[in-house]
Amino acid sequence: MIDLNKENFEKEVMQSDLPVIVDFWAEWCGPCRMMAPVFEELSHEYKGKMKFCKLNTQYEPGLARNFGVRGIPTLIVFDQGKPVDSIVGFGAKDVLKHKIDGILKKV
Amino acid sequence: MYDVVVIGAGAAGMSAGIYAARYGLKAVVIGREMGGTANNAHLVENYPGFKSINGMELMEKFAEHLKSLGVKLENVEVVGIDRNNGHFTVKTAGNEKFDGKSLILAMGTVRRKLNIPGEDEFLGKGVSYCATCDGPFFRDKVVAVVGGSDGACNTAVQLAEYCKKVYVFYRKEKLRAEPFWVAKIEKNKRIEVVHNVNVKEIMGDKFVKAVKLDNNKKIDIEGIFIEIGGVPQISLIKNMGVKVDEKNHIVIDSSQRTNVDGVYAAGDITTGSNKWSQIITASAEGATAARAVFYDLKKE
Repeated sequence: MIDLNKENFEKEVMQSDLPVIVDFWAEWCGPCRMMAPVFEELSHEYKGKMKFCKLNTQYEPGLARNFGVRGIPTLIVFDQGKPVDSIVGFGAKDVLKHKIDGILKKV
Repeated sequence: MYDVVVIGAGAAGMSAGIYAARYGLKAVVIGREMGGTANNAHLVENYPGFKSINGMELMEKFAEHLKSLGVKLENVEVVGIDRNNGHFTVKTAGNEKFDGKSLILAMGTVRRKLNIPGEDEFLGKGVSYCATCDGPFFRDKVVAVVGGSDGACNTAVQLAEYCKKVYVFYRKEKLRAEPFWVAKIEKNKRIEVVHNVNVKEIMGDKFVKAVKLDNNKKIDIEGIFIEIGGVPQISLIKNMGVKVDEKNHIVIDSSQRTNVDGVYAAGDITTGSNKWSQIITASAEGATAARAVFYDLKKE
């Protein structure tokens, strides 16, 4: 799991060969904390297919703003440096898997 | 085999776990969100012993207390409950199984929706059910809170700390929150309460831009926080024969027993405490449920 910030965002997300899924979250967000272990598990299951990253919106409000995040948790999928899809709000593991599989088919 | 499996890790579930441990019961508390609904409370100022504390912080203290008694707190989602030869098997999303002689149902509620146009479309784009989570994205903006309960007023006061203006849209004449909250709202120059209105539509382009009210007024806002209470989470118990009332609250007796042997319920999900959703009443119900489990198991 990669923690994103202004310094590594370009390299880890924009220049990534694999599609990237970014979890926009914050400490004070209950649903974000509830989704964290699920996101961690998925990062292992999708190894080699998708890169999993986290972005703390408290420390990187500019990056969150740039991608139109106004509610957390929000997951944004990037492909070839462009945001291609997003998932807003808490999702259980099977729901997230279903959505990620759908996105992977498109990219 | 556990004496009791507690489903739900909010104030009710964790209190049940604490009391179960002190009654010498082997207990486990399983829930997808430690803290539950109380996590959304910006400030809790009516839980005795804490003059003013953030909801999540208070829940962390509950969790710490629970764990200090040796009770396991499993942060996972429960996906099913089976009944086998007189005991219960609780299954989690990770395919783990927990067998218990009894169950305490403390799953609480999920947020009630307005069910109006724009509500789903703008989720995460200005529509929110958690000001603690999303409020900071609306610094210096004009926002609205829908509702008139303690939760709605707490949210309005929290948002007024950093938003330019906070409207409170409430469908009745008088806010139903504690007079303490009402006084805070009335004193706050950034908060404007609009009484006797319903929000009909949430409008915008990429983000929320305005709401339409049922008096045909359109008001420009960038964020809308929906605080109109909760709906009991009863999907797990649909096939268990547990009796619920017309609003899907689990019917309990004064010891928190449901109509099904070995199954107890506590907190916002029940008909108890006059359906008052408070940390103190949820905790009390959890404690009472654990005590009932103890006495009922002792009888057997």
